[in-house]
Amino acid sequence: MNYRKLFPGIIAMLGLAWSGANAETVKIGVVLPYSGGAAQFGEQIDRGMNLFVSQHKEAFGGHEIELIKRDSKRPGGDIAKNAVQELITREKVDLLTGFVFSPNAMASAPLINQAKVPMVIMNAGTAWIPKLSPYIARVSFTMWHAGYPMGGYASESLGCKTAVVGFTNYPPGKDSRNAFTTGFEKAGGKVLEAIPMGGPRQVPDFTPFFQRVKNAKPDCFYVFVPAGNHAVAVVKTYANLGMRAAGIRLIGPGDITQDTKLQDMPKEAAGMITVHHYSADYKTPVNLAFVKAWKAAYGADTTPDFMGVAGYDGMAAIAHAIKAQNGAVSADGTIKALSGWSYDSPRGKITIDPETRDIIQDSNVHKVVLKDGRMMIEVIGTIPQVKDPCKANGIGKCK
Amino acid sequence: MEQVARAAISILFDGVAYGMLLFIISVGLSITMGLMGFANLAHGAFAMAGGYVLVSLMLTFDLPFIPALLLAAVAVAAVSVLFERFLYRRLYQADELDQVLLSIGLVFMATAAITFIYGPSTVSLKVPAYLQGQIDLWIGLFPAYRSFTIAVGGLLILALWYGFEGTIIGVKIRAAVDNRRMAQSIGINVDRLFVIAFALGSGLAALGGGLAIEIIGMSPTFSLTYLVFFLIVVAVGGLGSIRGAFVAALFLGIVDTAGKYLWPDGGAFFIYAMTIAVLLVKPEGLFGRA
Repeated sequence: MNYRKLFPGIIAMLGLAWSGANAETVKIGVVLPYSGGAAQFGEQIDRGMNLFVSQHKEAFGGHEIELIKRDSKRPGGDIAKNAVQELITREKVDLLTGFVFSPNAMASAPLINQAKVPMVIMNAGTAWIPKLSPYIARVSFTMWHAGYPMGGYASESLGCKTAVVGFTNYPPGKDSRNAFTTGFEKAGGKVLEAIPMGGPRQVPDFTPFFQRVKNAKPDCFYVFVPAGNHAVAVVKTYANLGMRAAGIRLIGPGDITQDTKLQDMPKEAAGMITVHHYSADYKTPVNLAFVKAWKAAYGADTTPDFMGVAGYDGMAAIAHAIKAQNGAVSADGTIKALSGWSYDSPRGKITIDPETRDIIQDSNVHKVVLKDGRMMIEVIGTIPQVKDPCKANGIGKCK
Repeated sequence: MEQVARAAISILFDGVAYGMLLFIISVGLSITMGLMGFANLAHGAFAMAGGYVLVSLMLTFDLPFIPALLLAAVAVAAVSVLFERFLYRRLYQADELDQVLLSIGLVFMATAAITFIYGPSTVSLKVPAYLQGQIDLWIGLFPAYRSFTIAVGGLLILALWYGFEGTIIGVKIRAAVDNRRMAQSIGINVDRLFVIAFALGSGLAALGGGLAIEIIGMSPTFSLTYLVFFLIVVAVGGLGSIRGAFVAALFLGIVDTAGKYLWPDGGAFFIYAMTIAVLLVKPEGLFGRA
C-alpha cells in the first residue's frame, strides 16, 4: 500500500536549509485525486513529482519546498475548489499544482485570479483552460495536441474516409471531439456522428455505444476517454464486439493506450494507432534514464505514463520558477519565469509558449505492437514542436 | 431494413445480458425485503465481496475462472450467515430507519475495507480464452462473455423457479412471504428459512458480482453506485417476487441499453422515466401484492 495516500497532508521537507542564509520555504498546494477510481492518476503524478525532487535537489536554488496535498477525489470540480480555497486562505500557499481533471482546474481558476496565486497544471487538458486566468501555466498537453493531428493522420495516412467519434461527456471529451473533427474534416474526411458515452466518474458499459458504431460502419472510430480503467474497457469492448473484423479501426489520443494499462488489454490492442506526446517505451537516452530511475524508486513492475512524466516536468518547471525568483514566489513572477522556459524532458524537448502559457511539444504517432508477449508502443511518426492548434487557429473558446 | 434488424438484435442481446446480470444480483434483495421485511441496502456489498473474492482466488491462488466464481459465491454465502445471525437478526423487529442506518453503515464499512485491502482502483481479471471475443450462435456472431452471462442467468431462473415451485423449502418460503405469522403458527421454522434465504440471496449476489467485473467493472464504490439499480429492480418487480425481479431486471436492462444505443445524449434518463411511469401505474410493482 502507498502510505502517502493515507496521509495526504504529509509534509515533504527538503533538507537544504544549510545551503544559504537566504533560503526560503515555498509552500506548494498539490490538488490531486488521492482516493476513488482516479487515485491511480494522483499516484502517477505524485511519484513523478517526488522523483524529480529526489533527483534534483539543486534545481530549487537552495530553497526548500513544502508540499501540502489535498484530495480532489472526483472530476466534479466542487471538492477541488474547496481544497484550493482552503490552501489559499488557511495554508497561504505560494503556488498551486496538480489538477488531473479539467473541471477541477476550471472551478479553481476564479480563486487563483482573486488571490493571485500561480497554478501549474500537470494534466487537465481542455484547451481553453489557460484562458481562464493569466496565472495558469500548463506542462501537460491540450486535447488538440493529439486529436487534431490524429484527424489529419487518419484521413491521409490511414485512409479513413468516414469516422465516428465516441467521447466521455465532459469538457475535455467535447474538446477532443472538436479537435479530431476539425483535423479530420480539414483533411477531407467525414465524421458521421459523435456519441457521448457517459461521464468520467464511473466506467460505463460501453457495449451499447460501440454496437451503434459497429452498425454505422465507419472506417475509423476515434475514442476519447479519461485514460485509466476507461481505456481498458474501451479496448475490451472493441475486441468483444469483433469490430476489427468488421473493418473498423480504433484510434484516439494516447489516453486509450496508457502505458500503465497496456498489459491489461486484450491482444486486439495490437495495431491500434494513437497520437500522444509520451510513452514509457521511448528509446531516447533521457527517457531510458527516467524509466530506469522510476523502476528503481517504485518497483520493477511499475511504469511511468504521461501523467507521471507531467508530474516530473511540472516539478522541473516549479523548481525553475522558484530559482528564478530566488524563493520569493509571486503570480506574475512565476508566469514570467515560465514563459519561454524550455526543458529536456523524457518526452523530448518541451517549451512553455510565452503567448499562451501552454506547452509546445512533439506529437508522436504511436502504434501498439505485441513483442515477446508484451504490449509496446512504437513511434511511427512525429509532428515536431506542436503549438496548441486550438489557440493557434482561434477555434471556439480558444479565441 | 437490415440496419433496423441489426440494431434491434444488438439492443435485445446486450439488454438481456445486462438484465440477467441485474437479476442475478438483485433477486436476493427482493427475497430478503419480501420475506424478512428488511431493507438491506448493503446487498450490493455482498455482490462486491463476491467480485473481490473472485479476483483474489484467480490472482493469488491461480484458480480457473468458473471454479473460482462458484467458490466465491459459496464463500460469501457462508460469511453472510454470520452477518445474518449477529447483525441483521437483531433488527428484524426494528423500524425501517434503523435497518437502513445499519445496512448503509455496512456499505460504507465495506467500501473502506475493500479500499484498504485492494486499493481504490477498478480491478480487472483475465477471463479464459473461450469467453473472450465472439462466438457463433447460428444466427450470427455474439460476444462470448455476454452469451455466457445470459446462459448462467437462464439456468438460474430455471433452478430458482423449480426451487420455489417444486420443493418443500420453496413452498415454505412462499408461505412465509405471504403471511409470516400464519406460517409460523403452522410449525414452519421461519427463523431457519431466513438464514437459508439470506445465504442464498447473498451467494447469488456474489455470483453476479463476479460476473459483473467483465461487464460493468468492479471498484470499492460498486455497492453504492449500483444500489439504485438493484432497488429499481425490486421496486418495479414487486417485493418478494422472483418472477417480478426477473421481468423488472430484463426490462431495466433492455430499456437502459436501448436508451444508450438510440439516444446516447439522453444518458440514464430512460430508466428513471420508465421507473416512475411503472410505479405511478402500479405502486406495488409489476408483480407485487398491494
